This record gives sequence, C-alpha cells and structure tokens, in this order.
Amino acid sequence: MRPTLWTRLDNLARQLTPFGLTILLVIVSQVPLHFPGVARISPMLPLIAIYHWTIHRPDLMPPYAVFVIGLLVDFLAGTPVGVNAIVMLTVYGIIYSQRRFFLGKSFPISWLGFLLVSAGAAMLTWIFVSTFYVRLIRPDAMIFQYLVSLAIYPLPAWFFLRWQQIFLRTT
Amino acid sequence: MQERSRPDYRFAAPIRNLVHRFAFVGLLIVAFGLMMLGKADTVLMERMRAHVTDALAPIMNVISRPVTTMSNIIDHGRELIEIHAQNAELRETNRRLLQWQTAARRLEIENSLLQSLLNFKPEPNAAFLSARVIADTGGAFAHSLVLNAGWRDGVRKGQAVVTGEGLTGRIDGVGSISSRVILITDLNSRIPILVETSNTRAILAGDNAEQPKLIHLAPSSTVKVGNRVVTSGHGGAFPPGLPVGVVSAVSDEATTVQLFIKRERLEFVRVVDFGLEGILRPDTSTANLTGNKNKDDGEPNAMGGGGKP
Repeated sequence: MRPTLWTRLDNLARQLTPFGLTILLVIVSQVPLHFPGVARISPMLPLIAIYHWTIHRPDLMPPYAVFVIGLLVDFLAGTPVGVNAIVMLTVYGIIYSQRRFFLGKSFPISWLGFLLVSAGAAMLTWIFVSTFYVRLIRPDAMIFQYLVSLAIYPLPAWFFLRWQQIFLRTT
Repeated sequence: MQERSRPDYRFAAPIRNLVHRFAFVGLLIVAFGLMMLGKADTVLMERMRAHVTDALAPIMNVISRPVTTMSNIIDHGRELIEIHAQNAELRETNRRLLQWQTAARRLEIENSLLQSLLNFKPEPNAAFLSARVIADTGGAFAHSLVLNAGWRDGVRKGQAVVTGEGLTGRIDGVGSISSRVILITDLNSRIPILVETSNTRAILAGDNAEQPKLIHLAPSSTVKVGNRVVTSGHGGAFPPGLPVGVVSAVSDEATTVQLFIKRERLEFVRVVDFGLEGILRPDTSTANLTGNKNKDDGEPNAMGGGGKP
C-alpha cells in the first residue's frame, strides 16, 4: 500500500527534526543566561547533537546538514567563519567511519566516546582559531568548556534518545 | 527510502556512497575556502555574518526574554535576602555621593566660569541609543554580544558601547535590525587607555580572559594595583575619560585590569555616538547592506530598544 500524502508529510517532518533540533540548540546556546562566568564556558551543545545523530541516524544528519550547522555556529558565535564547520565535519567523518564501533554500545561507552571525540574537536578548534589569528589563544576557557560539555552530555543525549524512540521509530 | 531503492540496490548503494563521500570532502574544502576568504576579505565575511545574525535576531530576541525574566526573578529573590546589608551599603554610598555632589557643583560653576573666560567651544553632545542584549555569544573563542538595534536605529560601526558601570565594547558589525558588539575582553579588542593619577598611556588588550592586559606600558611607568583605568581618546575611536576598570595585578609578565562591567549583568547597554570618526571610520559597506544609503538620519533616536518585534 502506498503511503498517503499526509503520512509522507508527517514522515518528512519527523525526519527533519534532528537537523531542526540541532539548529535550535545552536540558537539557544547563544542566549544570555546572566549567570556569572557561564558565557565563556557554555557547553558545546551542537557537537553533542551531531555526535548523537551521526551514530544513531546518519541518514537524518547528512554532511551538508553538519556543514550548515557548523557555519551557523561560526556566524553567530563570532568565531572565524568555517572553523566550526570544519571541526564538525571532521567529527562527523570520524564517527561515520567508526559507526560500527559506536552503535549499540552501552551509555558509558558512548559517553567515553564523546569524551575522546569532543577533546579532539576542542583541540582542533583551538588549533584553527589560533592559526587564524596567528596568536596562541589561552586554552583555559576551552578546557572548562570541554569539561562542562562532558558533564552535561547525558542530559541532551538522553533527550535525543527519547526523541528518537518516540518520533523516529523505524518500523 | 527503502521501498524506493530496493530493486536497484546493488547499483544505488555504491553510487550513493560515492556521492556521500564526495559531498563530505567537497564540503570540507568549501569550509576551508570560507576560512581563507574570511582571512582575506574581512568586510565580506562581516557582511555575511550581519545578514545571518539579522535573520535570526527576531528568534533570539524572543528566546532571550523569558531567560532574562527568570534571571531577574532569581536576582530579585537574592536581593530580598540581602536587603538589610544592601540598605546599609546604599546609605553609606549616598552619604559619600552627596559630598561628591557638592564638590561637583562647585567644580561645574568654576568650570563654566573658566570656559567663558577662555571662549571655550564645548564638545558636541553625545547621542545615546539603548539596546537590549539578545545574544551573548562566543564561548571560549570569541567574546561578543548581539544587540537588537542596527543600522535602521542609527547604530554604526566603531561606536562605543557602554553601561552605567563603564565601557563594554565597540560595535563591530551592523545589520539592519541587529548589531554585534566586540567586548573589551575579546581577543581582537585593543583600546588606548590612561592609567589615572600618573596618566600613564597604554593599550588595553583583550585575550579572551576575564581580565584584559595592559600592553605597551612604558618600562618606567608607575602603575599600581587599584589605579583607575579610563579611555584615553587616542586614535579617536572613543572619547577620553570613559571608565574602564581598575588595575588588579602588576607583575613582570602582565599587568591586568579588573573591569567595571560584569558580563553576566549586561541586559541593556547604550550605544553612544560621540560624533568621532577616528580610525574606525564607519565604512560604506554597511550602507549597501541594508540598501538605505540615503537614509541619513544623523542622530540616532534615543528609543528604548525593547519596542521592536
């Protein structure tokens, strides 16, 4: 039986949610929180989203979506345009090629995976931004940002997992 | 997807893989290219950034409101707890300020008398524009804010951004309804300053830390912890005398400044047009951005930035 127009539209809308949620996260992470010291160490939420969706539903997080997300981060955050796009695409590429390793592993293992991947991403961003400005950038804020991202990881990861179970079930 | 590709799966899968890989590498190259372009043509990148920020400004404006309200409620609660101590402190401040008021009145009269003696031509009054902070961006690598006022409201590149406490930053990119502020803590911020009492000149250089450094200090300078730091007005970007902070540490490697502004407190800021053009001449490229080249309203209207959708 062919699916009706509405089912197909419904499916399409559901399949756009990983990308849409990530874009929303990018925007939300720019909101001023008015807590002392938070602005410098705000977690890398978009990276968590890309990590999760590339492992679980790479078909819904294609490279051009990752590219757009990275560019948006650069445009909004004021980092040199292209840096986050390169970093996120690299993350995507690494996870996509090692997907078999990540898929179906327990939660601590994916947390550990994120520990490694985000450390690499933070380092890469630091290298690119330092090269761009031809100046060594203080790494302290970046290290804190990394630790905060690591600590907060379970929360968005759990949310994405639930989202996937509820809205993106493959039957 | 599955039902579509099943019959020719054997051919489609490798091709799709190839396309996928090609897209991936292509996008990486494009991203690299954009980075190079950003290095070579800063004006173009800035314009693109302003366009993107403009497009998302209404969303950020809406999202930032409840967050601000929440933090205000928390602040309110905290203030209620500390109300007694605060009261005592305010009474003390009030007493001190009254003394200053007397002194200021006396100086004002004296000043006007001396000015009339010298036929002094007063500086043009600065025009203010209040704007709301709708995004505090950047994380570890850039310190900037997005305001909900842009070219339309009279914001121009290079204008100073201040709060009641002191200098906050300068306008770096202007869209039609939003603008980007580079904070004085940002890596790219360089501001000519004076250290008070000794009138030592230096440059306040941001390095993405909470406390920016003083560079190009004369070796013989006598800068002490606690000295006030104000803008010097050299280079013509900012007027002289805007309060910046106090010297917090002096050592051989670095002299750092504790700023008067608190980043987390920035909700409304004032964009100030002092009528100075200086080194940061408002470029004509932003005029093309919005397409209102003829809109030359000169003085920004002092509207409360919150009124717009």
